[in-house]
Amino acid sequence: MTAPERMELPGDTAVNGSTGNGNAGGAPLLTVEHLTMRFGGLVAIDDVSFRAEDRKITAIIGPNGAGKTTVFNCLTGFYKPTVGRLTLQREGRAPAYLERMEGFRIAGEARVARTFQNIRLFPKMTLLENLVVAQHNKLMRASGYTVRGLFGFGYGREEQKAVEQARYWLEQIGLVDRADDDADSLPYGDQRRLEIARAMCTEPVLLCLDEPAAGLNPRESADLNALLTFIRNEHRIGILLIEHDMSVVMQISDHIVVLDYGRKISDGDPEFVRQDPAVIRAYLGEEEEEDLPDIVRQDLSADDAGGAGAPS
Amino acid sequence: MAATIPHAGRPVDRRGILIELGGTALVVFALTVSLVGFHIKDISGGIALDLRFVDVASAVAIAIVVRGWLILMRHGHHRVVAASAAAVAAVLVVSLLFGGAGVQPWLPFKAQLLQWLLAVLSAGFAIGSAVRMARERRPVLSGAGAAQDGAQDGAAPDEQAALMDRVSAQVQRNALWIGAVLFLAAAAFPFMPGVNLQYLDIAVLVLTYIMLGWGLNIVVGLAGLLDLGYVAFYAVGAYSFALFASPDSPLLQDLGWTEGVSFWLCLPFAGLMAALAGVALGFPVLRLRGDYLAIVTLGFGEMIRVTLLNFYSLTKGPDGISNIPPPSLLGYSTQSKMDEETLENTTEFHTAMGWEFDQADTTILLYFVILAMALATNFFTVRVRKLPVGRAWEALREDEIACRSLGINPTNTKLTAFGFGAMFGGFAGSFFATRQTFVSPESFTFIESAVILAIVVLGGFGSQIGVVVAAFLLIGLPEIFRELQEYRMLFFGGSMVLIMLWRPAGLLAHREPTIRMHGRRARASTGSGG
Repeated sequence: MTAPERMELPGDTAVNGSTGNGNAGGAPLLTVEHLTMRFGGLVAIDDVSFRAEDRKITAIIGPNGAGKTTVFNCLTGFYKPTVGRLTLQREGRAPAYLERMEGFRIAGEARVARTFQNIRLFPKMTLLENLVVAQHNKLMRASGYTVRGLFGFGYGREEQKAVEQARYWLEQIGLVDRADDDADSLPYGDQRRLEIARAMCTEPVLLCLDEPAAGLNPRESADLNALLTFIRNEHRIGILLIEHDMSVVMQISDHIVVLDYGRKISDGDPEFVRQDPAVIRAYLGEEEEEDLPDIVRQDLSADDAGGAGAPS
Repeated sequence: MAATIPHAGRPVDRRGILIELGGTALVVFALTVSLVGFHIKDISGGIALDLRFVDVASAVAIAIVVRGWLILMRHGHHRVVAASAAAVAAVLVVSLLFGGAGVQPWLPFKAQLLQWLLAVLSAGFAIGSAVRMARERRPVLSGAGAAQDGAQDGAAPDEQAALMDRVSAQVQRNALWIGAVLFLAAAAFPFMPGVNLQYLDIAVLVLTYIMLGWGLNIVVGLAGLLDLGYVAFYAVGAYSFALFASPDSPLLQDLGWTEGVSFWLCLPFAGLMAALAGVALGFPVLRLRGDYLAIVTLGFGEMIRVTLLNFYSLTKGPDGISNIPPPSLLGYSTQSKMDEETLENTTEFHTAMGWEFDQADTTILLYFVILAMALATNFFTVRVRKLPVGRAWEALREDEIACRSLGINPTNTKLTAFGFGAMFGGFAGSFFATRQTFVSPESFTFIESAVILAIVVLGGFGSQIGVVVAAFLLIGLPEIFRELQEYRMLFFGGSMVLIMLWRPAGLLAHREPTIRMHGRRARASTGSGG
């Protein structure tokens, strides 16, 4: 641990909601403590700790290969972390430890929804079907686990509710007219937004978006910003965001975590991260060093020593 | 494609054409010389080798002529093709109708049906090239004009595919009406004039395969789990049924029961056993997908068959279990009292009704039983598609990882698909046992799985009516054309190749949404717009 810690985290024993970190206000929704993921000899994530708060947009940024998507895969149960604790704290409920849960339970019970870097819709199903499938667990109970539904008792009303929920989200993303078209007939930007709508249909408390703005043009990016701000403000959930597009990150994030080579190099509000020399170095390279003040240079060389030892 | 093909008027690549014709001849020769050329015949006291090189030569000649027509059509010589094909068709038809025995040696094949098919093929070529000829005369008038002119030959197959797409979309949309008409036709079928026992038997067989196809459609078409061992569940159902229904079964003899259990009790039991077998297979293969899953299911199918063959104390191995009674009706037996001692004290349905025993009546009963069972399978599938579990199956087929991220339990979802698919296989197996009155491991070979899968694939994954059409094509037609003997398998293979070339996604491949927001009319209008 030679790298300087810019933000103190609560100890690894208890989840302590009152510990301030500069942008206090929301309750800590997700607490990631000492998350480490090794694939054989490769350390993809090395002792990363951060928090995502309720009703806030937390962005995870970093150069390619920094381990951002691996963090997501650990959070949503696609990988089992080698070390670490992932605590989801909901009001009035016992904390859920995501590292112990199976993937589909994280989505169904802990209510963490996610989207994917390469869009994963159900391409040959319609938009409406995509959104109704997302409400599977609720509808499954309503259909009496198929037995009752097979004979059509009392299931129609629940299905109607699910359709209304789908209609609401289709309205938010402006695709109601295309509700009955196949998902793969949509243009790329619409598919991205449909995936977000589908994730929202699971009624999550934490929405994890893996590069939602990738491949979008400026107008579509602006739409996306509006949609995410809307979700945060109106639906009052936490959003965790991986993004390369700085126009999205800087405009809408409340809090940014920067990863490089699997380690956290910066953590704070957008203004802080924007001026953090470690971040500038990670993104722009070493040339900047000459213009930096002495304190920062020392800081960086210390960082280098730590960074070089971490991988492999 | 159009760019590489020289059109009429341009220099013709003679060498290429010769190579093409020679290649065709060689392939046909290589295929037919072993399949058709050497025929092993049963004669009294042994077998003899029958050499039929004339047939091989005819097949090669026909292939060359047909390929030649295709080449000519490709180069735009429709007139030549139309004239020669029409001439061939006319000669064949006239000699078949009026030639009598005199011309028979001069015709290519011995079987008359083959010659008729040849005549139909030539007539088809004549009509096809005539249509093309007519179309070429007015190329500019038909809308698109010059841009399409050059690519006309390339565009034609696309047009056909689009036509078939429209047909299948229409069929799926009007499935309710078509289904109702088909149901009425099926219900009336046994009482139609001219329907004899043979046709009724074929109909029962076709319906059995329709039911199996519908059952497998749940696993393959909806859940997208490629299952090459479906016959295993058919076998489990048949044996579970036979073991309790037949008075000869070793199990009942061990239990000391002298009478078999009623069809209507054994049927749900057999379905349950098959469903359990399905879940048992499902567990180990949960992580497998695609090819790997197919291989394991194939192995499972063989395991069941080999087990049945060797578990002699329970299944009587290769001897099989015989004496399985037909379904009872309202508590009465429907068997005739022949030499069965065990039946002495039962009352038969025909006696109770005061009818004479007639084998056809039993077959009609079987027909309605399988019809009801197949319809129940269909009802289940249609209904379950609109339920969350059915949508989850389809979502699983589309993207398993996305399913997990939405909180769908992939384990349970896959197991229910395997279980339900297997259950209907088990029901069909019970029916098979009661119809055949005898089960042995020989009936449950891999080829059965392959045929059932072929029905599902040809019909179009997930298409209920497609399965009906494919079952008619693959089971009904070969039975009707039994006269053709081994040639029918050649046609079977040939037509499967053709269908796969023409419609690789299956005959009626069109997915109708399970739920709509805007109703059908809205969709039709947006569909035609875009």
